[in-house]
Amino acid sequence: MSAARAMIRVVDLYKSFGKQQVLKGVTMEFTKGKITTIVGTSGCGKTVLLKHLNALLLPDRGQVFIDSVDITRLKQKDLYEMRGRFGVLFQGAALLDSMTVFDNVAFPLREKTTMAEAEIRKKADERLDQVGLEGMGHKYPAELSGGMRKRAGLARALVMDPEIVLFDEPTTGLDPVLATGIHQLIARTQQTFGFTGVVVSHTIPQVFEISDYVAILANGVIEEFKPTKEFQSSQNPVVQQFIQGQTEGPIQVL
Amino acid sequence: MFELLGQIGRFTLTQLAAMGKMFIFLLSALGLAFRRPAKIRLIIYHIKTFGVDSLSVVVLSGFFTGMVMGFQGYYSLRKFNAESWLGSATALSLLRELGPVLAAFMVTGRTGSAMAAELGTMRATEQIDALYSMAINPIKYLVSPRIIASLIAMPLLTAIFDVVGIYGAYLVGVGLLGVSSGSYFSGMESSVVFHDVYSGFIKAVSFGLIITWVCCYKGFHAPPMATGVSQATTESVVLSFVFILVWDYFLTSIML
Ligand SMILES: Nc1ncnc2c1ncn2[C@@H]1O[C@H](COP(=O)(O)OP(=O)(O)O)[C@@H](O)[C@H]1O
Ligand SMILES: [Mg+2]
Repeated sequence: MSAARAMIRVVDLYKSFGKQQVLKGVTMEFTKGKITTIVGTSGCGKTVLLKHLNALLLPDRGQVFIDSVDITRLKQKDLYEMRGRFGVLFQGAALLDSMTVFDNVAFPLREKTTMAEAEIRKKADERLDQVGLEGMGHKYPAELSGGMRKRAGLARALVMDPEIVLFDEPTTGLDPVLATGIHQLIARTQQTFGFTGVVVSHTIPQVFEISDYVAILANGVIEEFKPTKEFQSSQNPVVQQFIQGQTEGPIQVL
Repeated sequence: MFELLGQIGRFTLTQLAAMGKMFIFLLSALGLAFRRPAKIRLIIYHIKTFGVDSLSVVVLSGFFTGMVMGFQGYYSLRKFNAESWLGSATALSLLRELGPVLAAFMVTGRTGSAMAAELGTMRATEQIDALYSMAINPIKYLVSPRIIASLIAMPLLTAIFDVVGIYGAYLVGVGLLGVSSGSYFSGMESSVVFHDVYSGFIKAVSFGLIITWVCCYKGFHAPPMATGVSQATTESVVLSFVFILVWDYFLTSIML
């Protein structure tokens, strides 16, 4: 991984909430046009790390660089512009309850572009088709199953043709068939759009199939970060403990 | 002793910091409310929910407040042989004081708590983060339209409360206790001046602002979990009540 192709670089990131130290010096990078997966136990800080990548959270210490710009020091206006380059699929999809699925997908286009309504319809419908939700646009998020909500969230995340897409546990809580479906969807859309993907997941080993790189977050730091093949065969005890799901080992559980 | 002083100091500092954060929240919501593009559709939508949600409870409580005032006013005024001033006494206390305050309490309980719960849920389910990540300012999108809507809807609800209350007292005073209908309204006409209506209006507008401000702030900053939402809802109601009463005292003392 040469630094030149790193889209995002995270350098020595620290974050605490009150007395609880969540990130204790995270350093890693995300290669342009590739999918990097972060695994780790529940509550280890994966979502917190992800939210630093588009400055939804600001670190206590450390930097996040996107195209060598330190986004932890951006002014309000530049911050909004930077966030426009991201698409985010949140853990619970985070669709706006007050509007239909179609309006949710069309929402960023309506708010952030000057496109005509007909164009907006076409594009939003196209994204809904791509995630297999054709004809579901008129429903409200509360009327959808968990898997459908995730797919709608994915359609919204992709509607602005983002350069970087963050996926927070896209398959947690889904049945294995649907999980594979979502993984294939991520891989397919990544090939279509060529975005830089960051996936947070603990659906292993399935998630390895779509990942170019895998990192493991444990005890507040990145314990291992390798191309997928090497990660899977890593003898690092942290990786071994996680893959085999043991409670005894270097990862502090509870 | 020093321990105690230290604790008082720490407490004061955290409270001051919290107040500061609340004021910044209010100022940015107000600032963004008048920044283009204006969210007319959202404002109309929120006027509708704000008004319609609270209408029935405002009418009901206004009616019973008025009827109670009919009895109590009659009882007190009769001691001075002044029953004929019942209309005037009722109208003045409703317009100047009871209408704005009680209507604001009802709206806090009905609409304010719902606002806190709604924004708290949006925080817990990451909808607010989703807005940020779509480069949309959630304060402008969620809070500013609600503030404008409350500035418009609150005086209207208060006016409805006043009118219903005056007729409630009329029903009891004139219908049950035999005050003459003519003196009920002529007393009102001769004693109520524009300043009374105006001061009630100012109160209603500012109470509307307080309710939306406090309830949106509490919901917006709710800790992201289920208990956080219920806690934010309770706190928003209690804090709104306190702010309304304190601000009411302040306004009454300068506008009397
Ligand atoms: N806004 C917040 N306020 C306080 N604590 C938080 C906040 N966000 C996350 N945390 C805490 O940080 C830890 C890591 O959370 P998270 O990143 O959501 O875990 P996960 O790896 O499962 O995504 C948790 O213990 C959580 O309670
Ligand atoms: Mg998480």
